[in-house]
Amino acid sequence: MLELRKDIFADERDDNLKEIGKGTQRQDMLGHVTGTSNYFNDHKLQGMLHLKVVRSTQAHARIRRIDTTEAERSAGVRRIIRGTDVPVNLNTLLSLINFGKDDEPSLAVDKVRYKGEPILAIVADSEREAFEAIAKVKVDYEPLPAVFDVEDALKPGAPVVNETYPKNAFIYHDVYDHQRLRFGDADAALASADHVLEQRYQMSPIEHAPTETNGAIAAPDTNGRYVVYTSTQALFFSVDTCAKILDVPSNTFHFIGGTVGGGFGGKVDTLTEPLAILGAMLTGRPVRYVFGREEEMQYGPPRGAERIYIKDGVMRDGRIVARKIRAYFDSGAYTRLSSYAAVKCAAHLPGPYTIPNVYGDVYCVFTNRTPATAMRGFGVTAMDFAIECQMDKLANLVGMDPMEFRILNAYRDGDMKAHRREAKNTALIECVQVAAEKAKWPIRDEFRRASSRKDGGGSRAAIPPTPTESRARPAAPAQQRTSYDRAPVTATREPPREPPPPPTTPPPPPPRPSAPSHGATRFSSVFGTRRR
Amino acid sequence: MSKIPLQFRHNGRDVAIFVDGGTNLLVALRELIGDMTPKFGCGQGGCGTCSVLIDGELHLSCLTLAETVAGRSIETLDGMKQGPNLHPLQRAFADHFAAQCGYCTPGMLMAAKALLDRNPSPSRDEVIEAISGNICRCTGYEPIINAILAAASGRVSA
Ligand code: FES
Ligand code: FES
Repeated sequence: MLELRKDIFADERDDNLKEIGKGTQRQDMLGHVTGTSNYFNDHKLQGMLHLKVVRSTQAHARIRRIDTTEAERSAGVRRIIRGTDVPVNLNTLLSLINFGKDDEPSLAVDKVRYKGEPILAIVADSEREAFEAIAKVKVDYEPLPAVFDVEDALKPGAPVVNETYPKNAFIYHDVYDHQRLRFGDADAALASADHVLEQRYQMSPIEHAPTETNGAIAAPDTNGRYVVYTSTQALFFSVDTCAKILDVPSNTFHFIGGTVGGGFGGKVDTLTEPLAILGAMLTGRPVRYVFGREEEMQYGPPRGAERIYIKDGVMRDGRIVARKIRAYFDSGAYTRLSSYAAVKCAAHLPGPYTIPNVYGDVYCVFTNRTPATAMRGFGVTAMDFAIECQMDKLANLVGMDPMEFRILNAYRDGDMKAHRREAKNTALIECVQVAAEKAKWPIRDEFRRASSRKDGGGSRAAIPPTPTESRARPAAPAQQRTSYDRAPVTATREPPREPPPPPTTPPPPPPRPSAPSHGATRFSSVFGTRRR
Repeated sequence: MSKIPLQFRHNGRDVAIFVDGGTNLLVALRELIGDMTPKFGCGQGGCGTCSVLIDGELHLSCLTLAETVAGRSIETLDGMKQGPNLHPLQRAFADHFAAQCGYCTPGMLMAAKALLDRNPSPSRDEVIEAISGNICRCTGYEPIINAILAAASGRVSA
């Protein structure tokens, strides 16, 4: 049964909903068609300076020396900002929810880890003068071997991309170098399946290519605060990230945003605000930092690349009996949000199907490529692409119609999902039926009569015995600190724990695994611990 | 750097500014005139969001040297409204949900106006051709094409 939690925000609900089937004008439309919508860059401030960054020409190199003598004398230059000028020059975006270790400097100090990484910022009277000064900066690099492939990066002896994660994989809960899902005995099921199909799928990084490039304008206000006009998609996230990097309380800032010239996930990384504000702090003038188109396309973060291996066991009658998946999410040189993408990727296995034996390993891998970020369903999109390609191939293998094949294997209400949660409100069967009907694609009667509400549960609600892996549980190491940290923080992280139980009468708990497979309880919460 | 005096008509008004040699029209309009309706999307002639009309003809302001418009007439989205009323194209864009983030909209509207000014009843293909230099990353173009066709046929709400 469809479950609507009407008790939530009950006093704010208006149940008199009559919106479906009629158009409702957007509140910002009039501004858009008259050109009066205010984007961050539509603010022209008195005495505004322009900030541009010197970017690494190397994918992986030690920085031996940065020579700015000539650039300092260049016309119109007001200030050159180095990594040592950034109050807290190491951050990771999700540190705001205490997830992951600080691993990315605002301006590189001793090493660059991807081509295009910012090294210096130059604030000048005009953009042209900033560019002219940039051309006069000399950076002496000692090139290091680079790694661009997710699987190569995990091999022993691979170059270490990001010293915070010396194994080139994000470490979850201080212990696990990947996300894993174990449900039933996939290997045994594969051994007895009628057919086994193993395939490799890949997705390249994808650029959001917003029409408006990333940028921010920061200006000192008379009350000691800073006004920041920004293209951010995540205003409060950006406020807190800036407060952390600049080591000031977040009420130092008055952020103004909300009108974004296309984001799609590419404007959540707080890429420009910290340096624009720092420029304003150091010069006392309004400072604008906006990406050029080339910067946006080449160095702005893309959707992360993924490589996915799927090995499925299927019976002659079309039932999938095992699905084994190994996936690599390419985070690029720094974590940003990819650790979370890998969690979503694992949480999505094995797709909307009921498969009695599922085995998944998902890695968030560091390479010397541009750091990846959010984009529309990141973590899930590539996995869905792989799974659905695989479904077509499997249908073909057993000689079934691809639509009927999906209905046969679809999850139904009451089934046990590989994550040991009961499937509820499922509707894949109905979606496929409607799609077939709209496409005038004939499906047989028994499949037209199938329903997500029928024939689920029962034996399909069982949690199969799952072999435990004899692998010593590694102990969590003390949190690593790197040379970037200004003052070592002594506080250590709380051990991960289950989220607190819901305060009111909980619904009857789903059947629990008799013996939880390795790590299963830990993965029940995405982020493990809450910020203290 | 020496400044170049420059006079032209901006949405029907005479304006005079001093520009640095090499300044493009987009920067001149935005930063010296204060007309923020043409947008910067690429500065390379790739996106069309900086589109303006020069003597009624569609141009990319980011690739136009400001000094070359001396004595000419520039139209931007800022001059499109007819008094307090929306231009039929603006009305049609609003009615047809032809803007999402709105960033391409100023350029799209200028491209559409350039088309309808010379060809009041274009075919669908002619509309597609007319906006082919303008990138929209949000709408998928279909609502924009429909809006322009609706404006051309007078199918717009008051
Ligand atoms: S800004 Fe002129 S074409 Fe893109
Ligand atoms: S509406 Fe966003 S680019 Fe067109």
